[in-house]
Amino acid sequence: MSKLEARDVNLFFGAHQALKNISLQMEKHTVTALIGPSGCGKSTFLRLFNRMNDLHNDMRLSGTILVDNKNIYQRSADVDALRKKVGMVFQKPNPFPKSIFENVAYGLRINGVRNKNYIEERVTRSLQQASLWDDVKDNLNRPALQLSYGQQQRLCIARALAVEPSVLLMDEPTSALDPASASTIEELIYELKIKYTIVVVTHNMQQAARVSDRTAFFYLGELVEYDETKIIFTHPTHQRTQNYVTGRFG
Amino acid sequence: MKKLFNISNTLITLLIKLCGLISGISVLLIIIFLFSEASGLFNKPSIDQETVIAISKKNTINDPEAIQIKQIFNREIRNWSALGGKPDSILLFRLDDLILYYPADAVTEVPDTMRARINRLFAQHDNLIGYFPASLMPHEFSGRVLRIPNLNVMDFIRGREWIPDARPVNIYGALPLITGTLWVSLLAILIALPLGLAVAIYMVEIAGRNINRILRPAITLLSGIPSIVYGFFGLVVIVPFIQDQFGLPAGESALAGAILLAIMALPTIISISEQAIRNTPQSMKEASYALGASKWQTIHKVMIPFASRGIIASALLGLARAIGETMAVLMVTGNAAVMPSGFLEPVRTIPAAIAAEMGESTQDGLHVKALFALGCILFVITLLINLSVEYMQPRTKKRMML
Repeated sequence: MSKLEARDVNLFFGAHQALKNISLQMEKHTVTALIGPSGCGKSTFLRLFNRMNDLHNDMRLSGTILVDNKNIYQRSADVDALRKKVGMVFQKPNPFPKSIFENVAYGLRINGVRNKNYIEERVTRSLQQASLWDDVKDNLNRPALQLSYGQQQRLCIARALAVEPSVLLMDEPTSALDPASASTIEELIYELKIKYTIVVVTHNMQQAARVSDRTAFFYLGELVEYDETKIIFTHPTHQRTQNYVTGRFG
Repeated sequence: MKKLFNISNTLITLLIKLCGLISGISVLLIIIFLFSEASGLFNKPSIDQETVIAISKKNTINDPEAIQIKQIFNREIRNWSALGGKPDSILLFRLDDLILYYPADAVTEVPDTMRARINRLFAQHDNLIGYFPASLMPHEFSGRVLRIPNLNVMDFIRGREWIPDARPVNIYGALPLITGTLWVSLLAILIALPLGLAVAIYMVEIAGRNINRILRPAITLLSGIPSIVYGFFGLVVIVPFIQDQFGLPAGESALAGAILLAIMALPTIISISEQAIRNTPQSMKEASYALGASKWQTIHKVMIPFASRGIIASALLGLARAIGETMAVLMVTGNAAVMPSGFLEPVRTIPAAIAAEMGESTQDGLHVKALFALGCILFVITLLINLSVEYMQPRTKKRMML
């Protein structure tokens, strides 16, 4: 049983078809990289799994998206519960203008968690998991916006981890960061896959090659090729994939 | 041709500079005028120059305060011991009372006779206090003329009674008017802020483009209605409603004024807080949704905190409008210049007091100066509010860029 699955997915924004007939499965505790040139639909595809595309009101979807074998676009589906299970990290770090502690505690608080000890424990644990704990443990009440960009992104990861999701969606998580911060995040992704199923959208070929187990190549809303990362980067079936991963276009 | 263009260019620049200079100077002059007029209240005793208050020479009390004199003539103080004198009941004397002391056939308008009679009265009665026109002052007066101390600023602001037409001394205590103004305005904001915020949230998060297309001009229209029309509406609708609901003898009350002002402050509050809420970055909202927050949790925990400065600024601007509002408030608050003790009591606000009393005060009298002093208080209050809005504003802008 795969953790995440898309079956015959077609997605429209108004008259524009963003995704064309996509089917793909992602296994538990793996890292899947979604690659492809800008506008190819990889971010849109990623956002299907926590229903973030719902925020657009002219969206139309056909096909099925399964998380833990449940259709998340069913009428009876609980979107808020889904988003607790499927966490997300965005391209630009977007901490709330609150303290470091309150940022991480946010997800717990909106779930109605009142127990102070439990919240503190979760915040500490999440910051440790996001390898931010050592940077911030002296003062958790500092405003989150005072952190460096790379630290802010790790804070956003900690914030997502605090609600104990089983899936982590990452939408170009390092594209706004300097190389040093980016490699910290990459190491983090590698560690986190022991506990989580991770899907990461990236423009950075080396990054995809380094962190992912499987890679999906998107082009103009179509899934061109999906295979083990090793194969995609060494012996891809399609010429277009070959061209893209070797940097001949994109 | 080019030369002509250059000349007209410098001319226009000069003209614009002149306009700026003139408007700047005139604002300054108006403020100076306001304060210099008001200062006239504080360097004179609050009694007509033509009136004299006197007591018997044997009476040893110190010069009393203006408020004590008012209390004496209102029979609130009936014994000299209350003022530190010998225990003896206070005997009042007004010019009309001369008849009481002299037989009816002895009525006279001859100044000399009147002077003599006044003189004799003050000589005869040790416990007498009275006032009469300065023109009737006897030549060798047997009594002692009381000096009324000048009103000072703190007494003016803290004074709990506003009786500008009291005789022989006028009582100018602005506190009832200041409290009235603040009560009505603050209650108005208390009513208008939750309502306005709700409408703003509705416009940003719930209403579609089509509803907003109707709603926004409607709100603009609301701010364009003349205040006298609001006042009329309040008088015909709100006042009777309050009267019926609370079983009052009269519905004119602080509450009526507050409801009316709340309606008038709504457009300001709605449009400014709507803008502030709309400025919440999409990334913040997404972050919240992605953690499983519902729409209401996102509004409550992310959007409103983010917009809080703008929302406070909107409340302050609404308050500034409410405080300065005159006509509508004048019509529905009942205009009683007493310390308010509840929201269902009539009150008088500062602008209403100025508007209502300007006509009945003499041009050079103290009353006019007291009204100017009220104007100064109002000016200071609104200035403080506007300064705090200024303080809120730049940070909101900085946040927006984020």
